[in-house]
Amino acid sequence: MSAPLFVIDDLHVNVEGKEILKGVNLTVERGEVHALMGPNGSGKSTLAHTLMGHPRFEVTQGRVLLKGEDILSLPADERARRGMFLGFQYPVEIPGVKVRHFLRMAVKASKGEEPSVTEFRKQLFEKMALLEMDRSFSERYVNEGFSGGEKKRNEILQMAMLEPEMAILDETDSGLDIDALRSVANGMNKLAGPHTGMLLITHYQRILNYIAPHFVHVLFAGRIVRSGGMELAQELEAKGYDWIAGKAVT
Amino acid sequence: MAKKAVEVPQADYARKYGFRDAEEPLFRAKPGLSREVVEEISWLKGEPAWMRDLRLRALEVFWKKPMPTWGGDLSGINFDEIYYYVRPTDHQVRSWDDVPQYIRRTFDKLGIPQAERQFLAGVGAQYDSEVVYHNLREELATQGVLFLDTDTALREHPELFQEYFGTVVPLADNKFAALNSAVWSGGSFIYVPEGVQVTVPLQAYFRINAEKLGQFERTLIIAEPGSYLHYVEGCTAPIYSADSLHAAVVEVIIKPGARVRYTTIQNWSTNVYNLVTKRAVAYRDSIMEWVDGNLGSKLNMKYPAVFLMEPGAHAEMLSLAFAGKGQHQDAGAKMVHAAPYTSSVVVSKSISKDGGRSSYRGLVKAYPGSVGAKASVRCDALILDDESRSDTYPYMEIDEPQVSIGHEATVTKIADEQLFYLMSRGLSEAEAATLIVSGFIEPVVKELPMEYAVEMNRLIQLQMEGAVG
Repeated sequence: MSAPLFVIDDLHVNVEGKEILKGVNLTVERGEVHALMGPNGSGKSTLAHTLMGHPRFEVTQGRVLLKGEDILSLPADERARRGMFLGFQYPVEIPGVKVRHFLRMAVKASKGEEPSVTEFRKQLFEKMALLEMDRSFSERYVNEGFSGGEKKRNEILQMAMLEPEMAILDETDSGLDIDALRSVANGMNKLAGPHTGMLLITHYQRILNYIAPHFVHVLFAGRIVRSGGMELAQELEAKGYDWIAGKAVT
Repeated sequence: MAKKAVEVPQADYARKYGFRDAEEPLFRAKPGLSREVVEEISWLKGEPAWMRDLRLRALEVFWKKPMPTWGGDLSGINFDEIYYYVRPTDHQVRSWDDVPQYIRRTFDKLGIPQAERQFLAGVGAQYDSEVVYHNLREELATQGVLFLDTDTALREHPELFQEYFGTVVPLADNKFAALNSAVWSGGSFIYVPEGVQVTVPLQAYFRINAEKLGQFERTLIIAEPGSYLHYVEGCTAPIYSADSLHAAVVEVIIKPGARVRYTTIQNWSTNVYNLVTKRAVAYRDSIMEWVDGNLGSKLNMKYPAVFLMEPGAHAEMLSLAFAGKGQHQDAGAKMVHAAPYTSSVVVSKSISKDGGRSSYRGLVKAYPGSVGAKASVRCDALILDDESRSDTYPYMEIDEPQVSIGHEATVTKIADEQLFYLMSRGLSEAEAATLIVSGFIEPVVKELPMEYAVEMNRLIQLQMEGAVG
């Protein structure tokens, strides 16, 4: 049997000397969608950035395996080339760089070969149609002057173009109004498939009304304290994170 | 992120531009500056007495003026060691086939004949002190356009020459303008008759080959009413351990309703002091545009100016400077509003990396009576690492209350979050930094003709290579 797609094994992470993640364990197989929920300060974004290889986050213990290989010593670009993707909660502006130019470079970098102009254009417009994006969007500068919804849609567009095997989406739902949320979630559903693993990191349960996860986990104070199915998300929605806090203490 | 300095920053420059030819000049004046050397240059060129006398007057001014201390560090220039005149060939030709083999090879490597075939209306090629090749498309010549090297213009069009030479940049303007006036050689002379549109660019290429050379080309452009011209210049040099000096003077006269765009891609090797005086006078409803890319040289001091002399005159400066290891780019613009309803726009973008320093130094001046004048200055600096530096010296002399002046300046450090974002999409750290830089300069690059935009991006990429690990 081949190795699982993605394994987080006893991951401990320090930020500026303080331990934020205190032993996280999680396995994602191909075709699975996992939701990771947790209150502010539970370590969700630390986990997302650490998995993608942000140098500010210091791993003190544990392993992260992608297709059986430990990726923790690899820089972010190498992780991306091996099939990882992170959808950012706060995508960064790159002034003067057009979306289509950036995407072309990203596709070239992650797939190791330059796509032909016509093929790239065709693919880009297909994916944009899938995400209900106007073509003129590709001529804008990356994230510059984008609304919250446009930024998140741009993240999903990048995922669509790069076709990662393991996608981590960090609060892709935050800051979206209900229409934007629906269309972003629709896009994500279309991209999920039997070969892709997805980890949705979210504070709120509402995106799970559109994307049904196979598993739900609750991160609290740097550890996964509960795992279950959709019913766990609903219970959280009904009882709030205080409920988990109470449980965690006992 | 971790930055690893690569110890061969000039390797690519060396391969593409930094090669040298064995020196086989026809004539080389002895090093150092004297009346004798100046008289010899004038005699060799067979100049009229008035020009020889002007040179000698300029030499006195040069000796008298102190070294400027307000800009970059000029203490490394040894005027006694420089060769002020090196003549490569005995005559100029109009066919590349007639250029001496070794010089032809140099320009082939630099892609000049190919560019001429593909997208230029005329080309001048200067090698050390003299222009060795010059050609203009026939249809422009028949319309009365003159595109000559400046020495030939003095011989063949003495009246036109004398009417304008030194009127925009007087010989005593500054120490290096005086030096140029004393020992000038080569450069471009362009005359565009009334109403003639030169829609395809004319280009001059300046190549320094000899070690310790001083190159002092002199350019004079006259655009008659309603005419249009786009002139482009490029320059490169071999890498030597000893320094070279390039001190050009450029004068541009734009008559009513005319428009001139002057594009420079300065890519000297990093042992060249580039101390250039560029100035235009713009008359009623005319437009002057400087597009100034400064990538090379050890110290670059260049502040192209436009004197807006009559109502409706408009000036633009798009400036791009890249200061790498050991480089100081001290660049900017001077916009002088001397008439009502004149307008000027300055956009400056500078990048500093590996300890390089870039300074924006600019002046906006509005004379009394320049009612309704508008000026805007925008300077953006991007700093790539902690060793590098950027400064802004924006001077304003506003002596007319009814003007509108805007100034904005930003200094940005390349952000780790930007690098991480791009790297998370598979770009290496170097590719990510290069992409950020190319976006930063996009507002200037998009103003270049396509071929030069490609060239500029390629040069920036070269500068970036080996910058970040």
